[in-house]
Amino acid sequence: MSLVLDIFSIVAICAGAFFFLAGTAGLLRFPDALTRLHALTKADNLGLGLVVLGLLPHVDGVLEGLKLVAIWAAVLLASAIVSQLIARVARRESEPQ
Amino acid sequence: MSWAFTFDVALTALVLGVAIWTLSLRENFGAVVAFAVYGLTLTLVWLRLGAPDVALTEAAIGSGLTGALLLAAAARLRSTEAAIAAESPGGGVRVAAAVLSAIVAGGIVLAVLALPVPAPSLAPNAVADLAATGLGNAVTGVLMAYRAADTLLEKVVVLIAVIAVWSLADSRVWGGRPGPAHRAEPDGALAFLARRLPPLGIVAGVYIAWVGADMPGGAFPGGTIIAAMWLLTIMAGVKDTPPISSRGLRLALTVGPAVFLAVGLCGFFIADAFLAYPVAYAKPLIVLVEVGMVLTIAVSLGLLMAGPPERSGK
Repeated sequence: MSLVLDIFSIVAICAGAFFFLAGTAGLLRFPDALTRLHALTKADNLGLGLVVLGLLPHVDGVLEGLKLVAIWAAVLLASAIVSQLIARVARRESEPQ
Repeated sequence: MSWAFTFDVALTALVLGVAIWTLSLRENFGAVVAFAVYGLTLTLVWLRLGAPDVALTEAAIGSGLTGALLLAAAARLRSTEAAIAAESPGGGVRVAAAVLSAIVAGGIVLAVLALPVPAPSLAPNAVADLAATGLGNAVTGVLMAYRAADTLLEKVVVLIAVIAVWSLADSRVWGGRPGPAHRAEPDGALAFLARRLPPLGIVAGVYIAWVGADMPGGAFPGGTIIAAMWLLTIMAGVKDTPPISSRGLRLALTVGPAVFLAVGLCGFFIADAFLAYPVAYAKPLIVLVEVGMVLTIAVSLGLLMAGPPERSGK
């Protein structure tokens, strides 16, 4: 059972790391602010989510697991809102009235 | 060569790279962003050194709060930035700056290389006597018991910094509201975040301050998180800054040092010295001081960010 959980953790964390890598590549390679934001949300949301998912089988107790999930949820909320705000400024600057 | 060693070398290279990047940027805004990134890489260094308390404070204050303060400063300096950047220092000044920097850096390198191995440490003594304070976190023990006088003075310094910021106010608006009036769309994304996040953030801040007694955390990182929640509601226009003449505000600003000082003076009577705690009541007294300090730190850091009074309070 513990072997299965370990394999699950390794796969999930590696997948999360892949999304961080892909997000970073997108941030560096994409042409404008909106597409770069799109790349970044992949790292924040999916990447961190998968890392948290991979860590869950190894926590001591339910409370610690809930803390990890709460961190992910807080990052989801913050990154979604901040992306909105940055995107709005980027759009305002790209089309002068 | 182990994985940990490889990681440490890579981390050191990253810190140095980000530091050079921060210095090489000519534009204020970019340099401030680079500085915040530098603070986050330093946080990783503190974690690798096994100092999670310092890492928490570095992330909250060194990177987060200082970064936000510098961003506000950069925004205010934007109108004069081009003129200052156009003024290039002469050759003599550059050489003098380079020589001075090299001497300071060389001195630090010599001092670090001259450190005895193993480095002298009071950590074992600090842990050995920790039971008398009722605390489980040696860092909090040092801050609140062994070196309580330093911590008390630190709080007073923050308070003086707030007074210094207030003293920049125009005398016509003295007693008024700090900072500009923020107006965001009432149903926009920022206002949504300012309504939804603070309940979670305040609980997180209080939790981090509370567990500081036994685990990494404490009044400073906890208070910073609460200050951030307050600033979020201000910037989203959900709540205006209070006028600085407000009695409640002044009370919140002084309650931390006042309680600390009162407990310290009681030490003369209930223990044997200033800022000494009787063993039976050490933990409750420390927690009492911490509660006052969290409030004062949150309010004073928020006011430092909000800036001097700019508008009449009416």
